[in-house]
Amino acid sequence: MLDFTPKEIKKLTGGVINPAKTCQPIGAMYAALGIHRCLPHSHGSQGCCSYHRMHLTRHFRDPIMASTSSFTEGACVFGGGANLKTSIKNVFAIYDPDIMAVHTTCLTETIGDDIPSILSSAEVPAGKVVIHANTPSYVGSHITGFSNMTKGIVTYLAESAKEAKKEQVNIIPGFVNPGDMREIKRLVKTMGIKSIMFPDTSGVVDSPMTGKFEMYPKGGARVEDIRDSGNSKLTIALGSFASTDAAIQLERKCKVPAKTLKAPIGIKATDELLMALRNSFVREIPSDLEEERGQLVDIMTDTHYHFHGKKVAVFGDPDIVIGLTEFLLSLGMIPIHVLTGTPGNAFEKEVKAMLLQAGLKANVKAAGDLFEFHQWIKNEPVDLLMGNTYGKYIAKAEDIPFVRIGFPILDRSVHSYMPVVGYKGAMRLIEMISNALLDRQDRDAREEDFELVM
Amino acid sequence: MAAVKITDLPVIERENSISIKGKQKKQLKCDTDSVAGCVSQRACVYCGARVVLNPITDAVHLVHGPIGCASYTWDIRGSLSSGSELYRNSFSTDLKENDVIFGGEKKLARAIDELVAKYRPKLVFVYSTCIVGVIGDDLQAVCRAAAQRHGIEVIPVESSGFIGNKAAGYRAACDALLSLIKPADSLIGQIPKSINYLGDFNLAGEAWIIKKYLNRIGVTVNVVFTGDSNYESLKNTARASLNIIQCAGSMIYLAQKMKELYDIPFINVSFLGLQDTADSLRKIAAFFNDQEIMRRAEELIKNEEAEVKPVIADYSDKFVGKKAAVYVGGGFKAVSLIKQFAEIGIEVVMIGTQTGRKEEYKSINDLVNDGTVILDDANPSELEKFMLEKGAHLLVGGVKERPLAYKLGMAFIDHNHDRKHPLSGFVGAVNFAREVYSTLCSPIWTLVNRG
Ligand code: SF4
Ligand code: SF4
Repeated sequence: MLDFTPKEIKKLTGGVINPAKTCQPIGAMYAALGIHRCLPHSHGSQGCCSYHRMHLTRHFRDPIMASTSSFTEGACVFGGGANLKTSIKNVFAIYDPDIMAVHTTCLTETIGDDIPSILSSAEVPAGKVVIHANTPSYVGSHITGFSNMTKGIVTYLAESAKEAKKEQVNIIPGFVNPGDMREIKRLVKTMGIKSIMFPDTSGVVDSPMTGKFEMYPKGGARVEDIRDSGNSKLTIALGSFASTDAAIQLERKCKVPAKTLKAPIGIKATDELLMALRNSFVREIPSDLEEERGQLVDIMTDTHYHFHGKKVAVFGDPDIVIGLTEFLLSLGMIPIHVLTGTPGNAFEKEVKAMLLQAGLKANVKAAGDLFEFHQWIKNEPVDLLMGNTYGKYIAKAEDIPFVRIGFPILDRSVHSYMPVVGYKGAMRLIEMISNALLDRQDRDAREEDFELVM
Repeated sequence: MAAVKITDLPVIERENSISIKGKQKKQLKCDTDSVAGCVSQRACVYCGARVVLNPITDAVHLVHGPIGCASYTWDIRGSLSSGSELYRNSFSTDLKENDVIFGGEKKLARAIDELVAKYRPKLVFVYSTCIVGVIGDDLQAVCRAAAQRHGIEVIPVESSGFIGNKAAGYRAACDALLSLIKPADSLIGQIPKSINYLGDFNLAGEAWIIKKYLNRIGVTVNVVFTGDSNYESLKNTARASLNIIQCAGSMIYLAQKMKELYDIPFINVSFLGLQDTADSLRKIAAFFNDQEIMRRAEELIKNEEAEVKPVIADYSDKFVGKKAAVYVGGGFKAVSLIKQFAEIGIEVVMIGTQTGRKEEYKSINDLVNDGTVILDDANPSELEKFMLEKGAHLLVGGVKERPLAYKLGMAFIDHNHDRKHPLSGFVGAVNFAREVYSTLCSPIWTLVNRG
């Protein structure tokens, strides 16, 4: 019934049907939530802010706090300077954050509010900070917004005091779940290296139930740590789309060398992260991590015949999809449709290169929508679909097993607490994929083919 | 319990938006703009317009703007359809930088052409978002031209977010509906004993329940606004002999207009709770002044009540001493909820809305007990403050309020888009009691050490 997608492919030139992305401000809001005691502020009409909070709330199932400039028609005509200044006054008076992170919306970008100059004449209480990022939604996607705010965090906060750099690494995790951020921090810690992660939404959007509402839960990167990131000897940006810009900014501003790696999804990308750390900090890989890796390889060997040759369609945010594609290839699966809604040629280039190396060809597209993606699947069916919640329409229409991964996931819970990164995350992914495939096999098996041991 | 003082509020501007029954005689300030810098729970004009029109199942709902506004409203409202599912797709012109600079009219026209070619709809709604109001696209002209080109209806919905709040969006939606239902002369001629049912969006199939009741008492439902409606049924609107309005906040304007234009009288009803449902059925029967309808209505009420009352009584026994807080979108729902809670023996100690109107706040004030806190456009810290001070055990709210309640170790019911069971009519009253029970009496609360 929900299947409204015709098989025949026709190019759309007047917009999108069933988007595979959303707008910049929500990414900026999420990044800002990754700072301890930070209140994200949406400079625009209240509707946008309300939608962004609602969407994040549905994904994380935690309260998402953000304030808005509450535009009215007057503000549109005369500019939003007065609204923003009043907002700053009210936010600190009412909600008392340590830091306020302003992002723009389509509206304020279009009327051309000059945020830096408004901020320079705004009254900010002593000891408090206001930072900002421009996030016009008619450019890029929520990933761009995340990247812009992360870069803004560096621009405003990072400082370098000394010539000599400290033995610590900055990690920019990208637009991932708090469960992933925790896992990455654990890996680095196990390596015996001190790290500064930002944005870090762990402990903010996965906060424990205490019977009290905390406007600012315990988690989040501390402002003083972010300041100190200018003194680190290395920045690792995980994912070129969400994290590289901030790392480069930090290199420019504080001369911290920047290194971009893939989001550490799967064995290869996780190896690369640990190798990069080992090489820069002259550490041995601790036996605990070696053991984890060994377990992962063991699992992959035990189960590889479930996966081999299975065709997969993957969509979602670029950094995640790139990492995931690599992992699927390492399992012997065949990604034949790979799509992100975020624009960027680098995505197509990187995915195509990986496929080429594996001797495969696929439909690969950036800035695509799920309508087109569905059409691909109709023309070339797959055994498995992976992507965010919106994939469920396609999964139902085509009756394909579906593994939920990425943002947003609105119809399942717990996902934001569990990692998909690192060796542990790879194990979890294998479990999810094989459960989906084998549950389907059981469901569809004729009685005589129904097996106990699989 | 400490006495609640409004003067503890950190922002003076908010003082007039909150009142306590019995304490003072002041008029609550409502229907105003939110304070700049507030963590408002409020939505925008587009949101209001979209929720009203979205349930029209066979329409293309095209959002003219950047991608976000469309992404966030993709199939988020659980209105059910017995026919087309086209409305559950997300269509956006996905405006880019160039469109913002040079205007988005051409792209919009192309989008309409392509969607019409693909889906052959009879009806397209084009929603304007904030940015469209600023870049000055002539929505009317583009829609008019497209309508002519394709021989279908392409209706612009003037819903730029900044021109007001959700209530302004209801108005924009009603204007769009009025232009859709404009009757051709041949259509006029009333169907006897038929009604339009305004303000039910068929969440979880609620409109279907009410439709069945009305059929059972001998009244035909002409069309529901807008739950499970479609182009054909809406085109017949003007043929009904009565309009009944459930959600007055979104629909009263439409009803008034229909009275003016097509001479269709209207009455207010509510199918939330046992008492309201029974009263409303009687009111409808009385309007038609038909013995048979009245007899059947009484019979239906008697049978249904006999079935559900004992079940509800069983639940009520478990709610002794429990208190509820309510924070919902519209005033109509707030009023019904006070009564519904009273029916299951729960006192409402705090109540607020995003967009309640003056008259509605008056009814709220009349219904609640002394000491109840009443607030307009509340922010999360106010909700927290008053819920805790008033000792509420349960919050009724929308998506954003749910985790807030949970974090406080408080039970929660969604009375909004995310509701999963129909809450209308006699069965709805049972569902309501069951939902209250399953959250309020869940064993998980014993794990929470509320400090
Ligand atoms: S107006 Fe722009 S910022 Fe606001 S929701 Fe729409 S796309 Fe996002
Ligand atoms: S841009 Fe305007 S119309 Fe769109 S969500 Fe924001 S406030 Fe609403």
